[in-house]
Amino acid sequence: MKYVDEFRDGDLAQGIARAIHAEVQAGRRYAFMEFCGGHTHAIARYGIPDLLPEGVRMIHGPGCPVCVLPIGRIDLAIHLALERGVILCTYGDTLRVPASNGLTLMRARARGGDIRMIYSTEDALKIARDNPQREVVFLAIGFETTTPPTAVALLAAEREGLGNFSVLCCHVLTPPAIAHILDSAGSGEAAMLDGFVGPAHVSAVIGSAPYEPFAAGYQKPVVIAGFEPLDVMQAILMLVRQVNSGRHEVENEYTRAVTREGNRRAQAMVAECMELRDSFEWRGLGRVPRSALKLRERFAAFDAEVRYALSYQPVADHKGCECGAILRGVRAPVDCKLFGTVCTPDSPVGACMVSSEGSCAAFYTYGRHRNTE
Amino acid sequence: MKTDYIRPLDLKQGRVDLSHGGGGRAMQQLIRELFAKHLGNDLLAQGNDGTVLPQQAGRLVLSTDCHVVSPLFFPGGDIGALAVHGTVNDVAVMGATPLWLAAGFVLEEGFALADLDRIVRSMAAAARHAGVQVVTGDTKVVEQGKGDGVFITTTGVGLLPEGVDLSGAYARPGDTVLISGTIGDHGMAIMSQRENLQFDAPIVSDSAALNGLTAALLASGATLRLMRDPTRGGLAATLNEIAQQSRCGIVLQETAIPIQPAVEGACELLGLDPLNIANEGKLIVVCAADSAPQALAVMRAHPLGQNAAIIGTVTDDPHHFVQMQTRFGGRRMVDWLSGEQLPRIC
Repeated sequence: MKYVDEFRDGDLAQGIARAIHAEVQAGRRYAFMEFCGGHTHAIARYGIPDLLPEGVRMIHGPGCPVCVLPIGRIDLAIHLALERGVILCTYGDTLRVPASNGLTLMRARARGGDIRMIYSTEDALKIARDNPQREVVFLAIGFETTTPPTAVALLAAEREGLGNFSVLCCHVLTPPAIAHILDSAGSGEAAMLDGFVGPAHVSAVIGSAPYEPFAAGYQKPVVIAGFEPLDVMQAILMLVRQVNSGRHEVENEYTRAVTREGNRRAQAMVAECMELRDSFEWRGLGRVPRSALKLRERFAAFDAEVRYALSYQPVADHKGCECGAILRGVRAPVDCKLFGTVCTPDSPVGACMVSSEGSCAAFYTYGRHRNTE
Repeated sequence: MKTDYIRPLDLKQGRVDLSHGGGGRAMQQLIRELFAKHLGNDLLAQGNDGTVLPQQAGRLVLSTDCHVVSPLFFPGGDIGALAVHGTVNDVAVMGATPLWLAAGFVLEEGFALADLDRIVRSMAAAARHAGVQVVTGDTKVVEQGKGDGVFITTTGVGLLPEGVDLSGAYARPGDTVLISGTIGDHGMAIMSQRENLQFDAPIVSDSAALNGLTAALLASGATLRLMRDPTRGGLAATLNEIAQQSRCGIVLQETAIPIQPAVEGACELLGLDPLNIANEGKLIVVCAADSAPQALAVMRAHPLGQNAAIIGTVTDDPHHFVQMQTRFGGRRMVDWLSGEQLPRIC
């Protein structure tokens, strides 16, 4: 496949692996967090740990959009579908996130909820146009990557006067989550992190500049990397070099998509439609101030929270579930008692087991042979 | 007055209505003018509640398969041909010669008779090509909205030649794993229709009857352990089933697995793993390592096996894992698919 195979080339990978082995200093440990689920997936799917020296450890971060969605948010969506009779539209993996009372959106569908999986916000708009007698709610989840399409849909709905369409906005922001992880370093939790593999698609939207304060303030190197396995390998090499030379800069490996200022037009559209929430609950991280977006007053008519007078009720995770610690990078999937026993991709207890980008699901699906070697 | 005159079915404008499943004259007419017309043979012509089958010298294999694909017509096939291929293949991979099919139709009220005619013609052609006869059947009609056009269940009977004994439980460490051609064609043909994905060369389903290919393999004298057709869940699911049944591991070589660029591209675009995508005309063979070159040659000599390849090895593994050496140089698990990936593909 042109323009893809080039970034999955085994010979080039061996070359970078040799360079990493040559750079790594004997006896020194390097712990890097890949923030994004896309990177977690690539690392597991291509078997990248097999190519890394023993001293280099990759820690999976919280950047899986469905993993950080708290139970209470899914409960709201299920309520809309089952009690309020709306057509609820959302992206694929969200359907399997465990919610209260043993429900998921998928199970709510089996109970008669009209819940539809869509590939783009345009699909949700089309459903609203095609069903003028029904109310259609788009459960909008994800980081800065999926936020601009939601803004596009809101602007289109406003322009068309699409009165039966609304958005349950659960969009979250990457920089505050990274800051939160680093702030918890004081308690010893993330102190072992030597650097970050920075987001790919998110950075294409927000640019590389927003990471500069972390690199400077927390003295941690950040290398923004694409989602292909060679991107990840190259980023790890760049991080090792920064650590070895005592630097802590924002470097951009993903120059084919990311600029310092990002996609200004997308940023402007998001800013037109949405504003910061004072605080938002993340699964695993708890309440994080100024870490998520809500719709602006101008779009109140399209805001499902306003329209249906929803009030958010936090719900505690399963007691044995270690998703929180795993999302913060403090524990590995196999440290969780539920992993691979009651919690599997087919019947996930915690959100990390839901999406193929979740660290537990990625490890279970692609990497659990490592645990037996 | 012509006492025996019945106005023929309107195959241009007509639609299925509830009377077509009601057991009365309308149902008889549908059977006669549509099903029997295309599928007719001596055995079907017995016209009784059951069909008396000729005596066979040997063990019989019985298999059944329901078909609910949406859309009903797709590049490379339709539900009619698929309903024949699906069951013929299940019988054939057991090492048996498929002989007869039973077919059950669930029709939705309002379904166009022209489409039904097209489907039954396609079934008849597929059955002729595979050398099997449809010898009994049933039709039911459900109210509009309670079905999706047509669902077809086929049950197949085949004759197992003396001495043939294949099973998913027979793979042994050291054995070789082969596949007859490119993976994921059927699932992505369906998916690209659903998602309106356009390619320069459209992805065409591989829906085909494999009994010619399986017969050639059996006749070759290669030491076969088992044959399987990797349908729903794709190569990954079938290999995991084999690993579980045989209590062994399997290690695949990613670079060896044949895949069409368009299928790979479509999977990439939709975030799907081609290893999980359904096939409807592909054969997995596990054979003794020293028989692998012979099995490969036989497969490649057959029109349905031109792209056949040796893709992996059976290993001794107490965890019964299927693993893959990646093109990238690492190793990963190849797991079952979790949940549904593509609804209603076969």
